[in-house]
Amino acid sequence: MKIGELKTDFGNIKDLQLSIGQAKEEKWEEPMGPTPFPSLTTLREWDKKLLERYKPFYMPFCDMCCLCTQGKCDLTGPKRGACGISMPAQQSRTVLITVCIGAATHIGHARELVTSISEKFGKDHPLDVGGHNVEVEAPLIRLVCGIKPETIGDLDEVLDYLENQLTQLLAVTHTGQEGSSVDFESKVFHAGMIDQVAMEVADIAQISAFGFPKAEEETPLIELGMGAVDTSKPVILVVGHNVPPAVNIVDYLQKTKLTEEVELTGICCTSLDISRYTPKAKIIGPISWQLRYVRSGVPDVIVVDEQCVRADLLIEAQRIHAPLIATNQKNCLGLEDRTNDRPDDIVADMVSEKVPGVLILDTNQVGEVATKTAIQVAPKRKKMGFFPKKEELKEIARKCNQCKECRRSCPNDAAIPEAMKAAGKGNFALLEEMYDECVGCARCEQACPQKIPIHSMILGAAQEKVKEEKYKIRAGRGAIQDIEIRQVGGPIVLGEIPGVVAFVGCPNFPKGGKEVAEMVIEFAKRRYIVCTSGCAAIAAGMYKNDEGKTAYELFPGSFEAGGVVNVGSCVSNAHIAGAAVKIASIFARRNLRGNYEEIADYVYNRVGAVGVAWGAMTQKAAAIASGFWRLGIPVVVGPHGTKYRRMLLGRRDKEELWYTYDARTGDKVYTSPAPEHLFVAAETKEEAMVMIAKLCMRPNDTSKGRAIKLTNYVDLHKRNFGSIPDDVHLYVRTMADVPITMKDEIVKMLNEKQWKERTIPDPTLLPRMIRKAKVKV
Amino acid sequence: MANNEAWMTAEVGGPKRASLITKPEVAEAMIRRARRPILVIGHLAAEIEMEDKKLIDYVIDLATNTGIPVVATAHTGNAFLGRRFTPASIMSAVDIGNRLADPTWKGIDGNGPYDLAMFAGLPYSLAWTLLSGLKNFAPHLKTMTLDNVYHPNANWSFPNISIKDWIINLQAIIRDLGE
Repeated sequence: MKIGELKTDFGNIKDLQLSIGQAKEEKWEEPMGPTPFPSLTTLREWDKKLLERYKPFYMPFCDMCCLCTQGKCDLTGPKRGACGISMPAQQSRTVLITVCIGAATHIGHARELVTSISEKFGKDHPLDVGGHNVEVEAPLIRLVCGIKPETIGDLDEVLDYLENQLTQLLAVTHTGQEGSSVDFESKVFHAGMIDQVAMEVADIAQISAFGFPKAEEETPLIELGMGAVDTSKPVILVVGHNVPPAVNIVDYLQKTKLTEEVELTGICCTSLDISRYTPKAKIIGPISWQLRYVRSGVPDVIVVDEQCVRADLLIEAQRIHAPLIATNQKNCLGLEDRTNDRPDDIVADMVSEKVPGVLILDTNQVGEVATKTAIQVAPKRKKMGFFPKKEELKEIARKCNQCKECRRSCPNDAAIPEAMKAAGKGNFALLEEMYDECVGCARCEQACPQKIPIHSMILGAAQEKVKEEKYKIRAGRGAIQDIEIRQVGGPIVLGEIPGVVAFVGCPNFPKGGKEVAEMVIEFAKRRYIVCTSGCAAIAAGMYKNDEGKTAYELFPGSFEAGGVVNVGSCVSNAHIAGAAVKIASIFARRNLRGNYEEIADYVYNRVGAVGVAWGAMTQKAAAIASGFWRLGIPVVVGPHGTKYRRMLLGRRDKEELWYTYDARTGDKVYTSPAPEHLFVAAETKEEAMVMIAKLCMRPNDTSKGRAIKLTNYVDLHKRNFGSIPDDVHLYVRTMADVPITMKDEIVKMLNEKQWKERTIPDPTLLPRMIRKAKVKV
Repeated sequence: MANNEAWMTAEVGGPKRASLITKPEVAEAMIRRARRPILVIGHLAAEIEMEDKKLIDYVIDLATNTGIPVVATAHTGNAFLGRRFTPASIMSAVDIGNRLADPTWKGIDGNGPYDLAMFAGLPYSLAWTLLSGLKNFAPHLKTMTLDNVYHPNANWSFPNISIKDWIINLQAIIRDLGE
C-alpha cells in the first residue's frame, strides 16, 4: 500500500509505503517450539554436544590455503596462515564451503521450481504429497521453520529464510571471519539442515504440481539400462536434476501423439523424476553412465538442465553429431540464447549442424524443439557407430607403451596397462571386466600420451554387456505415509526392526554399483527398512539375482521391515530424514514445530537410521550428509569419502564420552557407544556392512531390539572379518540383550572382559528433557 | 615418472614430503629405532600378487619375525585368520588413524602410544588422506608405507618401484630384522 500524501487531523503523511508479506489465519494448533527459523548460532549448543562425542579427524586434502592474495599459505602441522587460520579451521572452513555449494544448489533448484510452478499453477496451488495418507506433509519445514505450508506460495517464506541463511553461512568463510574449527563445524551442520529443508521444498512442490506418485507403496516398475532403449526410434536424452524441461517434452509428445514414436531416456536425477511423471520414460543409469551412453551414439538429441552434467558434454555431443539443448541459466555451456526464436528455425539450425546446440531458457519451448530435432536428426545418425569394434581394439591397444599414466590417473587405480597389454594380444576380457567398475570419468584418456581412447575401448570390449543391460527400478514414491510411520515407529524405536538404512548419493563407487545392490539386498533380507534415492537408487536396480530379478522386484516398496523404498531423486532425500522426524512426531507425539533440538535428540537416541553414500562425490552429497549429522543420524561413505577432508569419529575406548542423562531420574549413566561414529569412511563393502549394522544400535533399544541388532552385527562381523567383534561387551547392557543363538560365545567374552550389568536409560542429551530431577536425601 | 612423484598423478603433496626408502637398510633402521611400532594393513594386501605369494604373506613374515602388532582394516582379518595369523586388532582405517593421532591413546595393548606406524595394502587415495591426517596432527608419530608406490604424506616411503624390486626390499627387511 502506498500513500503519496495524506492530510489528517493528527498530521500530514508523505510517501508512506506499507507492505504486508503474508496475512493468513493461523490454523495450526501445535504450540510453537523454542527455535523457529534458527539463526547460525541458535542450535550451536546442540552441535557442540554432538561434536564433543564425534570429534573431527581432519585429513587435509591439501596442505595449503590459496583463497587470498597473501597466500599460498603453508598450513602443515601447527603452522598458521597469514590471516592466522590454523589447519583444523581451514579444513572445516573448506568443508563449510563445500556444503554451502551443495545447499546453494538445492536451494537454487527449489527456488526455480517454486517460481515456475507458481507461474504455471498459481501460488494457491495446494501442496499434496499423499492426500489423507500424509497429514504431516512437510516434517522438515515444520521442524525447522515452525510453519505448516499448505500452498506453493507458502514455500516462498521458507525459501527466503534459506537464502538468507545461506548468504550468512557463505560470509562465514571469508578471510578473517570464523577462526574456530568447532564453530565452523557447527555451521556445517547448519548448512546441512537448511539443505534438507530445501530438498523438501523442491520435492513437495514438484510432487504437488506434476502429479508424481504420492507416497504410494507400489509405484510402477520402470525400465532401466542401455539395453532397454529401442534404438530404432528417435532417442532423446535428458540429463541433470531439474525436471520441468523434461516434463515439457513428455507433454509435447503426448499432445502430438508421438509418445510411442520417440524414446525418452534419462540419466541421473532428471531421469528419476521424469519416470515419476510417466512410467514410459527409461532410465539409462547414474551420472557415471553419461559418457558411455553418449559415446554409444544412441541419443539423437541431448537436453541438459542443471547439476552433475559433465562440463564437456557439448564436445562429446558434437563427436556423435547429436545436437545439445541447454535449458538452465546455471548451465549455459557457451551456447547462443535462442529462447525468443521460432522453434522451427532453431530445429533447422541444429539438424543442419549449423550450430552444435542452443540455449533455450523458456521451458515451454523445449519439448517441441527437442522432439522435432530428434525426429529429423535420427535418420541421418543411425548409420554412425561410435565404439571401436572388437577387430579395431587390438590394433589400437598395440599403441600402448605401458607408461602407466592411465592407471595413475584412474580414481580406482584400475589395472588399465595390463588390460591394454592383453587387448594387444587379442584378449579383451580384462577390458570388458573394467566396464563394471569404471566410474566413467575418462581421466585415463586425458592422461594417455598416445591419445588412446581408453574409455571408448572399455565400452567397445563390453558391447555384449551393454546390450544385456535391462533392469527394472521402482519409480520414486516420495513421502512415507503417516500410517506406515505408525506401524513401524514402535518396532524401530524399540529396536525390533533393526534399522533404517538409506542408500543415497553419487556413483563414485570403488568397485562398481553392484556393491550397492548387494548391500541393499543383504539388509532387506535381514528385515531392515531399506531406502534408496538418487544415483544410488539407480545403481541398486542394476543388478539381477540368479532368478533375474532386481532388488525392486524382490522386495516390496513399502516402508516396512524388508521393504526397499525408492523415494526418488536427490531432493527426495528429504523424505528419508522426514520419516525419522515423523517417527518422533506421529509415533512418539513430540511437537515438531520449531523444536529442532528435542526432535534431533529423540532421533539420535532412538531411531536406528544410517545413511550410506557409497559413491559420495559431489558437494551436494556432502550437504545431504551434513543434514543427517545434525539430526544425529550417522553416515557411512566409501573410501573416496575421506577426500571430504574429515571424519566425525567417536571413540568407544573412551568411556567418558558415552554418558547420557536418564530422563526418568536425571542420573548420568553410561550407555553403549551407540552410534559409534557420525561420519565414517569404510574401505570395502564388507566393512561397510558390518559398520552399518553396528551404527544402527541406539541407547533406547529394548533388550529384544538390542539382541536383534547384535545378532546382525555379530553375524556380519563373523562372516566378513572371520571373528566375533571385540567390542560386543560394550553393547550388552543386561543378559537379556544377548542373542540366544550366540549366547555361549558372547557370555565367554563378557566374562573375559569383566562385564557388569547396567541399566537401560530413557536416554537424552538435554537436561531440560529430564522429567524428574533427582532428589538428594 | 620420477621416483618421488605421487603414484596418483594429481595427488601432489604439500611442502612437507616423504623421504625415500632407497634401500632396505633405511626402513630397517627406522623400525629398529622405534620403541612402539605398529603395522596397519588394508584389504589389498590379500589381493596384491607378488610372484608366488601375496603382500599379506610378507606382512605376516615381518610381523612374526619382529613381533610388531598388526591392525587389520576392513575385511583383511579374514585373510589373516585364513593364514592362521591373528591380528592384534580389527579396526577401520580411519578409526586406527584417528587413534594414532591421539598422543594420549594407550594403544591396543594398553601400554602406551605408538611411535612408528607402518601402512600397506590400503587403497592409494585412502592411505593418502590418512597419512595426511597423521602428518598434520600426529607430531609424536613417524609414519612409513611399505607399498611399492610413493606416498608423499608419509615420513618415509618407497619410491614407485616394480613388484620385483619390492619383493627384494621386503625380503631383505624381513630377513635382516629377524636376525
